[in-house]
Amino acid sequence: MGIFNFFSKEKKEKLDQGLEKTKSSLFDKISKALVGKSAIDDEFLDNLEEILVSSDVGIETTLRIIERLQARVAKDKYVGVGELNNLLKDEIGKLLDENKSNIPTDFSDLKGVKPYVVMVVGVNGVGKTTTIGKMANQYKKAGKKVVLGAGDTFRAAAVEQLKIWGTRNDVDVISHGMNTDPASVAFDTVKHAVEIGADVAIIDTAGRLHNKIGLMNELSKIKRVMQKVTQDAPHEILLVLDASTGQNAFEQAKQFTAATEVNALALTKLDGTAKGGVVIGVADQFKIPVKYIGVGEGIEDLQLFNKQEFVDSLFKG
Amino acid sequence: MFENLSGKIEKAFKMLKGQGKITEINVAETMKEIRKALIDADVNYKIAKTFTDTVKEKALGQNVLTSVSPSQLMVKIVNDELTELLGGKTEDINLTGNPTVILMAGLQGSGKTTHSAKLANFLKKKGRSVMLAACDVYRPAAIEQLKVLGAQLDVPVFFEMENKNPVSIAQNALKAAKEANAKVLIVDTAGRLSIDEEMMAEIGNIKKALNPQEILFVVDAMTGQDAVNTAKAFNDVLDFTGVILTKLDGDTRGGAALSIKSIVNKPIKFMGMGEKMEALDTFHPDRMAQRILGMGDIVSLVERAQEVFDEQEAEKIQKKLLKDQFTFEDFYTQIQQIKKMGNLKDLMGMIPGVGKAVKDLDISDDAFKGIEAIINSMTPGERKTPDIINGSRRKRIASGSGTDIQQVNQLLKQFEDMRKMMKSIGKMQGAGRSMRGMPFGR
Repeated sequence: MGIFNFFSKEKKEKLDQGLEKTKSSLFDKISKALVGKSAIDDEFLDNLEEILVSSDVGIETTLRIIERLQARVAKDKYVGVGELNNLLKDEIGKLLDENKSNIPTDFSDLKGVKPYVVMVVGVNGVGKTTTIGKMANQYKKAGKKVVLGAGDTFRAAAVEQLKIWGTRNDVDVISHGMNTDPASVAFDTVKHAVEIGADVAIIDTAGRLHNKIGLMNELSKIKRVMQKVTQDAPHEILLVLDASTGQNAFEQAKQFTAATEVNALALTKLDGTAKGGVVIGVADQFKIPVKYIGVGEGIEDLQLFNKQEFVDSLFKG
Repeated sequence: MFENLSGKIEKAFKMLKGQGKITEINVAETMKEIRKALIDADVNYKIAKTFTDTVKEKALGQNVLTSVSPSQLMVKIVNDELTELLGGKTEDINLTGNPTVILMAGLQGSGKTTHSAKLANFLKKKGRSVMLAACDVYRPAAIEQLKVLGAQLDVPVFFEMENKNPVSIAQNALKAAKEANAKVLIVDTAGRLSIDEEMMAEIGNIKKALNPQEILFVVDAMTGQDAVNTAKAFNDVLDFTGVILTKLDGDTRGGAALSIKSIVNKPIKFMGMGEKMEALDTFHPDRMAQRILGMGDIVSLVERAQEVFDEQEAEKIQKKLLKDQFTFEDFYTQIQQIKKMGNLKDLMGMIPGVGKAVKDLDISDDAFKGIEAIINSMTPGERKTPDIINGSRRKRIASGSGTDIQQVNQLLKQFEDMRKMMKSIGKMQGAGRSMRGMPFGR
């Protein structure tokens, strides 16, 4: 857990504040649902269902959580509110736990890979470029040499936006300008990273809706082209999800994974009222770990995901 | 768009089939399915519940009066309720005021800048002189983005690089719009979270300074349960006049649309259907409800076609077709016009009954690429008189276009068939004139 020393206490509070806004009500509701109860009854389950569903956890995952909770209660013989609360947290935590990814879990230990190539993907407006700007900052703080690739050559001024982040972080940004071939930007970025002995190369891509087949194929191509420079690149394919997104996140995860073998998730905009509950089901179904959470627009507002804290914050009250 | 939802509701209706009338028992299961489908579609939990309760009440009340099948009746009730929930009638944009001021507001990444530009394009096409104002001083390159889009559309963009105060930029923009005699000023603002008090106060101040005719809340159609909270918070501060629902070209079921209207009681005025500047449609609740129920949206399709197709050009081509003077050049022009209508899959999705069929189909916008390449590889002479295209010319065209001879042959054959067909239609029309006096002639 050394990684969390990175963040000041203030940072943690920021996450808590964000999550708390609505999530305190989650605990309130559960507590209320449990007043005077000594066993789980239908009313409690109805309430729990409502609570989880209104946090975007989704019907399927909610039913799964409830099922698991019921099985646990039957086995452990639940007695009080506090205990049930712990069981619930535990079961939700387990869903976030199971993954097959074995990417580095912090900014300092890159498991001997150099350059460590990260490709960032997602639908429009989730915060890909901003997340990259913040990641570059964290990697630099961990003493890494970073190169950014301006692979969003489609959206107006996206290249300009990444360049500004490059200046803020004082790192190289490889760009071919607007309306150029993003695959060639990716190729040159990885090549440049190798040439200058950079530790990390992060490649931005244009936002695309996952049902646009042509654009998804383009992503596969961008990924393939990098492998001409470094065979096992990209090492990390980060799918950025907006915390306010509802059940469509499943479809996003499915299509982006099909096109690029996503192996890490970033959940952005968690400082708002959205609860990001959908990530529980996404992580569970696709066995992909949540690596980062975004909690603001500042350069510091990126945190490594900590399951315990995330689940705790859900139930903080 | 809403295919998934209609699929589920359809399934729920199937459970009703074969039953004589709607009873408390047979309706309960259907309602549960509809509610689940709505929640899966990101409709707010509570709103979904209210909705199904209303539908159930109406269903139980009505069954005595009618003799249609329960499932037909349910379709009607659900459709009516959905239309109602989505906002009843179409609401036009308010263009009073001189200039009309339109303020854009919403969360980060909802599509404000893109839709400011799309809206500018939409109004410009209606003959208004438009100015854009770049008031997002926070996100890196946001001003640059609006400038690029403005230049693409040939719409002036007001910005002040050095000014970090969005309220004063907005005021200056209004002055500039008046001086330039612009009829509409569209003010782009930074994305903000509804719980960010400082930022919400700021946009409140922009509103006070501008006194806008329209305040449009821009919201991502993929938004989940939080849509109600955000919409309410923005409405509390801004009392907005309408909603733009964006990214509807994705496969989101778009339940946010159903939630927002009922929570703030403000009309959804536009929907964003893609990244192209033309991809903005006015919102039609009735059509959207029909679409949700899998009835297609043929009216939107026709409207889009009308807007894109140049009438004179179309008439010219029609004449050519009938006179058998249709060339590959005309064919190429037609392809360009079809492409202007937008994403092919979207277009097909609007045709009743087709929506579900194309849901999983891979139709890319590149469908015309091969044909375009072949036509591009012809000489002007060949395009005008395709008859001269012999074997060696075909070989040259195939290698020039990166296709093969079979593909070239196929296209030539299709083109010839089309010409023959048109020729015979032309003859029939010619003959039609002399048929006026006959019983079935017109």
